[in-house]
Amino acid sequence: MRVITDIGFWGLGVVAVAAGAAVFYVDSMARATYALAVSFIAVGVQVLFLQQNYVGVVTILMMVMEMAIMAVYMVMFMGMNPALVPMSMVHSNKAALGVAAATFLFLAAGILLVDWPERTGSPPPDVTRALGEALMGPKMLVMAVISPVMVATIVAAVVLAAHRTRYDRFGDDLKRHTPDDAQPGGVGR
Amino acid sequence: MTLEATLLIAAAIFSVGLYGAISQQVVVMVMMGLELMINAVILAAAGVWWFLAPQPTGQVLIMVIIAAMTLEMAMGFAVATLLHREHGVDMTDMATDLTQ
Repeated sequence: MRVITDIGFWGLGVVAVAAGAAVFYVDSMARATYALAVSFIAVGVQVLFLQQNYVGVVTILMMVMEMAIMAVYMVMFMGMNPALVPMSMVHSNKAALGVAAATFLFLAAGILLVDWPERTGSPPPDVTRALGEALMGPKMLVMAVISPVMVATIVAAVVLAAHRTRYDRFGDDLKRHTPDDAQPGGVGR
Repeated sequence: MTLEATLLIAAAIFSVGLYGAISQQVVVMVMMGLELMINAVILAAAGVWWFLAPQPTGQVLIMVIIAAMTLEMAMGFAVATLLHREHGVDMTDMATDLTQ
């Protein structure tokens, strides 16, 4: 059983890394997005292997939805289809490869050389229930802080991305009598 | 399935994401590199939690990481949309407003 778990875990790791590399290798933007989704799903299942059911499932569900939306954005933002007109969309490729390889070697050396401590404590019998009780009890402040931050993000993202808002039409103090529109509308035109 | 194996896989994913964030020209592709790096952080945090300190409250930190990732995506796309609207630009090399 343990061998099967190990093989599954390593296999998922290979899938996660390979799909991550495919993001920057494939030509089509949509394919790149779905490669990233595959990488996230593989990591989500690995988190399930590590007995954190809630976190793993949340990661998978959220990333599948996020990548579905992202695929639309990717197509929107690309002026042309790189799958039809192959071209290089990278800069300082060799330096980037060098930095990435050096980072991996540095991290791997640390991971293999550090004398990791023994596990302290034992996992709760129901990990998801323990997380829920932590969030609803002593760690509630964390979620209470994240909530307004998320609302602020929604507002800020809409303000940044909106094409024309009421401030463009009625001035910064919203006191302009007639809106400043490219094509005036209404009865009294 | 050991702590070292988990962290090694996470380090590999992180390095691939770092390569993408440095080398890609299109703004959204840079963001995909950043996403991949946070993906690795989720895996590393989950591994450290399980193998070193499986206390109930440790998972809350992973929830914070996932929340940070969604915020990064939302704000990143908002800025990319603004950049595209103002300058018709989708490449990092052309978005040099602050250097002028």
